[in-house]
Amino acid sequence: MNQPITVFVCAETPCLSMGSDDVFEALKAEVARQKLTNVNIEISGCHGHGLCNHGPSVVVEPEGVFYLGVRPEDVPELVGSHLRDGRPVERLLYQEKATGKIIPHYREINFYKKQQRLILRNCGRINPEKIDQYINVGGYRALAKALLEMTPIQVIEEVKRSGLRGRGGAGFPTGRKWEFGYNVLSDKKYVICNADEGDPGAFMDRSVLEADPHAVVEGLIIAGYAIGANDGYVYLRAEYPLAVKRVSIALEQAREKGFLGMDILGSGFNFNIHMKEGAGAFVCGEETALIASIESLRGMPRPRPPYPAQSGLFGKPTTINNVKTLASVPAVIDRGADWFAGIGSEKSKGTTVLALSGKIVNSGLVEVPMGTSLSTIIFDIGGGIPDGRRLKAVQTGGPSGGCIPARFPDTPVDYETLSLLGSILGSGGMVVMDDTTCMVEVARYFLSFTQAESCGKCVPCRLGTKQMLEILTRITRGRGKESDIDTLYDIARTVKECSLCGLGQTCPNPVLSTLSYFRDEYEAHIKKKNCPANQCRPLSRKASATVKS
Amino acid sequence: MPMNKPATCRAIDMGRIKEIVMECGGNKWALIPVIQKIQNEFGYIPPEAVTVIAKGLKVFPSQVQGVISFYAQFYTKPRGRQVITVCRGTACHVRGAESVLNFLEDRLGIQEGETTPDFEYTLDTVACIGVCTLAPNVVINKQVYGDMDLEKVQELFKKGE
Repeated sequence: MNQPITVFVCAETPCLSMGSDDVFEALKAEVARQKLTNVNIEISGCHGHGLCNHGPSVVVEPEGVFYLGVRPEDVPELVGSHLRDGRPVERLLYQEKATGKIIPHYREINFYKKQQRLILRNCGRINPEKIDQYINVGGYRALAKALLEMTPIQVIEEVKRSGLRGRGGAGFPTGRKWEFGYNVLSDKKYVICNADEGDPGAFMDRSVLEADPHAVVEGLIIAGYAIGANDGYVYLRAEYPLAVKRVSIALEQAREKGFLGMDILGSGFNFNIHMKEGAGAFVCGEETALIASIESLRGMPRPRPPYPAQSGLFGKPTTINNVKTLASVPAVIDRGADWFAGIGSEKSKGTTVLALSGKIVNSGLVEVPMGTSLSTIIFDIGGGIPDGRRLKAVQTGGPSGGCIPARFPDTPVDYETLSLLGSILGSGGMVVMDDTTCMVEVARYFLSFTQAESCGKCVPCRLGTKQMLEILTRITRGRGKESDIDTLYDIARTVKECSLCGLGQTCPNPVLSTLSYFRDEYEAHIKKKNCPANQCRPLSRKASATVKS
Repeated sequence: MPMNKPATCRAIDMGRIKEIVMECGGNKWALIPVIQKIQNEFGYIPPEAVTVIAKGLKVFPSQVQGVISFYAQFYTKPRGRQVITVCRGTACHVRGAESVLNFLEDRLGIQEGETTPDFEYTLDTVACIGVCTLAPNVVINKQVYGDMDLEKVQELFKKGE
């Protein structure tokens, strides 16, 4: 009769900011008051329906009924009607905008249905602060398999065969990276999880760390075993306080269960993980700068070689992987390389997590097989552009990426194709822009970011970003000169070719891609003193009027 | 006078700063954790702490100062009782963060990075807090307020007063 019910209340930063913690407390109190012993209330990560802006969201499992915009005052009705009597509260269910249809199950929502969740496999399904729930869904099974049934070389071979590539942006094959780490002889080695997700517009690492921290911890332990390291670090940016908290809890629980420490699972392998908080420097996402920051130095990159694989943290061989790469590892080991390699496109295997935001109806994290087309992501999953506006461009890869114009809707999203188009997949930020977004202003925005974040060590980046920013600012203020476009090209190419690290080498991408696809907008600003998108304030009367009101 | 006294009103306890330095191990690798801990307790890094930290960790004061000035989240001045942070992420930017920031600058009479003379408010910006689905975001003392527009920002002030 009384089938066990679990109610998951989303407790990621967006839902929390809308008061999901109050809803959680209210649910617990009400369930106790109505003496429903078969109901368990849990916090969870994001349920992944792409409606984060309509939170707080609540899912009732195992049915998968989900509610949006739940307030503490809705709780007595929700508990009485649904949890006790089995009648879902219709007014809190999701209603599809286009059709007006009420969709009670999140698995039926387009945003969710068209995704393939691998990295986000546990997000919204488990309480991230309870290790037992992670274990119940198969967590730490891959660790046991790796430590007890496989040699480090076999682990590396499996990861190599899977075709897994670094999800931090560069797309370097993970198995090969581990092989380098394994082959270097040293008394001490380190593995680092790079959780310094600095790209503005990217939030998938935050979400994974908040919703499923154990997956990352498990991945990092396996990485340590594979290369022969006994110490790992998680370098997490301080802007994500909740992620810091959840990872700290996860580490403590893993220690208690014996997944960290001495002689893990009786395998003889010792491993520990230390947590390091960042302090607000974008460049620390670059691996040599990140290492400098863990060593308590100014987070400035240094020339490579030597690569961290030979000489990294404290001068010892160090292997650095992104959050999502590590979260994929347990799935690869558990389900096998062939399974993983069967997902995605020819050269880009597996799935990619995109942070869909900007001028889009449904925003949130989208996980799709590599090679899924832009139009599927934006229109089928994202629900298109709001307010009847027209899609103009999609910005991928944050300040290191570029803008892909709307005329390439069939672009498959993978490492190779996006870089052919002058952008990058990068960490997976995907900001949608409509016809009210000025592309010159977008380029100016990114340059203002990279200029501020440039560490100043090498000249091309330090001076080049400043010069480009000044020119772009001048153009958006209506004081552009005819020669500015050529000058921008010149500087952008110099900075790209001569900079020391990835920040400088990629920061001209927003300028170069907007120049090549939206040159007419630059020309309108310079020659006609007109902003076609009506966004640049000094150039458009309409925009300044709205600001005033 | 607000209930919580701003950090400036309190005398800086140099003894406590020495303690923190020792607690963190007293070697140069601990510099950033030491600075983070001091800032957590005092709200900022008092300039007079620099030489104490340097001595305790056996590094030059210039190295300590260099690290403090490098990272955006280390502050050398006391901050307001209410720290208002406007997110400047891409999604926030395309959804109007700039006008929210301009409004706050006008309303508080201070520029980004500044603190009001009565130490009530500090206005700051952050590169991205990763809550892009609710853009544009404003953070007040670690509480995130999403989906902001000028009206909602005004409401926040009404609530606070």
